[in-house]
Amino acid sequence: MSSRLPITKTPKVYVGGAFIRSESGRTFPISDAAGSFFANTPQCTRKDLRNAVEAAAKAGPGWARRTAYNRGQILYRLGEMIEARRLELADAIALGGAGAARRAALREVDATVDRLVHYAGWTDKYEQVLGSVNPVAAPYFDFTVTEPMGIVGVIAPDEAPLLGLVSLLAPAITSGNTVVALASETQPYPAIVFGEMLATSDLPGGVVNLLTGFRKELLPTFATHAHLRAISAVATADERRALRLGAAESVKRTHLVKAEEKTDWFADGDHSLHAIRDFVEFKTTWHPVGA
Amino acid sequence: MSTLAPEKKKPAPPRRSAPELIFGDLWEFDPAPETADPKLKARYELFIDGAFTAPRTGKYFDSINPANEQKLAEIALAGAADVDAAYRAAQRAFDSGWRTMPGRERAKYLYRIARLLQDRAREFAVAETMDGGKPIKESRDFDVPMAAAHFFYHAGWADKLDYVAPGRRVAPLGVVGQVIPWNFPLLMMAWKLAPALAMGNCVVIKPAETTSITALKLAEIFADAGLPPGVVNIVTGAGETGAAVMSHPTAVKVAFTGSTEVGKIIMRSLAGTDKKMTMELGGKAANIVFDDAPLDQAVEGIVNGIFFNQGHVCCAGSRLLVHEPVADVVVAKLKTRIRVLRVGDPLDKNTDLGAINSRAQLDRIRELVDSGVREGAELFQPPCRLPARGFYFRPTIFTGVTQSHRIAREEIFGPVLSILTFRTVDEAVEKANNTAYGLSAGVWTDKGSRILKMSTELKAGVVWANTFNKFDPASPFGGYKESGFGREGGRQGLLDYAKLI
Repeated sequence: MSSRLPITKTPKVYVGGAFIRSESGRTFPISDAAGSFFANTPQCTRKDLRNAVEAAAKAGPGWARRTAYNRGQILYRLGEMIEARRLELADAIALGGAGAARRAALREVDATVDRLVHYAGWTDKYEQVLGSVNPVAAPYFDFTVTEPMGIVGVIAPDEAPLLGLVSLLAPAITSGNTVVALASETQPYPAIVFGEMLATSDLPGGVVNLLTGFRKELLPTFATHAHLRAISAVATADERRALRLGAAESVKRTHLVKAEEKTDWFADGDHSLHAIRDFVEFKTTWHPVGA
Repeated sequence: MSTLAPEKKKPAPPRRSAPELIFGDLWEFDPAPETADPKLKARYELFIDGAFTAPRTGKYFDSINPANEQKLAEIALAGAADVDAAYRAAQRAFDSGWRTMPGRERAKYLYRIARLLQDRAREFAVAETMDGGKPIKESRDFDVPMAAAHFFYHAGWADKLDYVAPGRRVAPLGVVGQVIPWNFPLLMMAWKLAPALAMGNCVVIKPAETTSITALKLAEIFADAGLPPGVVNIVTGAGETGAAVMSHPTAVKVAFTGSTEVGKIIMRSLAGTDKKMTMELGGKAANIVFDDAPLDQAVEGIVNGIFFNQGHVCCAGSRLLVHEPVADVVVAKLKTRIRVLRVGDPLDKNTDLGAINSRAQLDRIRELVDSGVREGAELFQPPCRLPARGFYFRPTIFTGVTQSHRIAREEIFGPVLSILTFRTVDEAVEKANNTAYGLSAGVWTDKGSRILKMSTELKAGVVWANTFNKFDPASPFGGYKESGFGREGGRQGLLDYAKLI
């Protein structure tokens, strides 16, 4: 009879294409479904958040310049990476939960893959639907195209910790934004494993940066960091107020979902073209038509 | 293979540049005043629930003509109770039929408004010029016709809303609060009202305190058009009234056009609410001239970019970035050109620059121009005579401006151009984008690929290539960064007044 003690994984967050621990060295414990100790995950700090924003800023122009076709291929590849490791990701959600909990986790993973594939297909299509050639009453060629806003701050919900997170970040990166995301505080582990899939998906480092930590600590910096051009968050009334107050300082765009209202993350309706539209700027160019 | 010898080139005839025609004050222009009757009332009341209503405050303030500082009319001052009454009327109108009216019928009201405004275009143009100070040629040829065009364009959307948001249906939001500025009083009113009404919303709107008259004249048209009471309510007053309009609990959405400073105050004050917002704020646009640009056209574009409406334009081309090889010639041409600009009576059909909108704005322009001189930039103003009374400022250009100068960073909102130079495309992009604003930009070059490159790189919501200050109801307008969010015009602008269902 042989017994082997398994090697446990040290959770590290995926920032700037690398797996790091918090600069502070702080961690907080995650419990499994039974309530026992599972692992210590980084308790990221405001400094970690600023570093992540810097990584996102570096990656931004390159990602925005990728062809739409290429961005679509990469998002599809991310779907492939998750599909191939769906059981592992379901385990990361269920954390030892069996039966219905485990089935729900698998359903969440599958919905996440489907959502990514949905957005993968949008990369080279939304422009044709959102943009326009404008029939102005003068001899000008006038057209409106979309551009990514820049760096989008994402604050994920606790409910559906994987699907909620991906539903917020996917539409942003579809159009060429980069993302700095704070994972669910109560269930951060799926984001840790998701980071490993991002790393193998051809998505350039820095396009998606994932942090684990405490909302209370990090939310004020999300609110006020001037290089975050938009915030996509599921937030309580107090958090929404704080985010909007901070946003006013640099006229930041906010798209906030009420945490106190039930959101069906599995419903497809809200997760499509208009979620992409929320994180693009419209640019209109005029040019004379003449010889 | 051709054996023909190449044709000998004839020596080019010696080229003589055209003589400079500087008229200046050499010949007096005969006055050419526009004489249409603006049909002003001595006193304007609030427009609430379809009726002209005395304010509950019992107070009135004067609206003066900035061209001669004479009183034009007195305007009702709306207090919190008046704003509240306006919102109650708007909510009633929304609930009692406007939201459920077939789009086809709603459209007809907007078409009527457009037509009635066209009928009275000259009268409105004169009133707009007297109240705001802009040259009659602009109010006559731009503000009023463009305002009518906005109603006409959006009227047509009212019964086509199923095509606005692909994959979704749309519904009106409810009652919308709007605050607009004094630089294009009637036009901004049309920009705000037309899309909101087409989508089926009802509105409480506040014009700027120095320019309320054409808003209240437009209310006469609403009454003539039979617009149901309460669909549009107009409350007049200054900042306090505006704050009441923005913060009223009935407003599900607010739309503001004005300074970035006030926009931020509004954003902060509404942080605890879930009101939707559209912000159209300030700008410090770069107008970029490359050495291969058609320079004479570019100079016209620069002049239009900064001196249109005395520079009271959020998207004004207030920073000229000129390519070093042509910097001297562009500046020389520009100086020649602005020597012949005519500054003076806004009602004169020959006037290029009218009156500054208010004494407060004139003081702000003077203060910033003084800072430019103090900080070491070189000032040029043509030697034109200004009227003895009223608020006027000479067209002004600064050369030798650096990025750190206040006149290169702050929105002056007056006829003041700051000129900087650049050597490479990258430097032009870097300097153009080196601002907290991002409303508009201009590019002048003969090279198509460079236009598209610049248009891609410039962080601005509107890019004018080989033109400047062009607007159209079908063309979305709005900013990046601290110039605000949301768009006005086109399908994109309409969507900002819709709820997706």
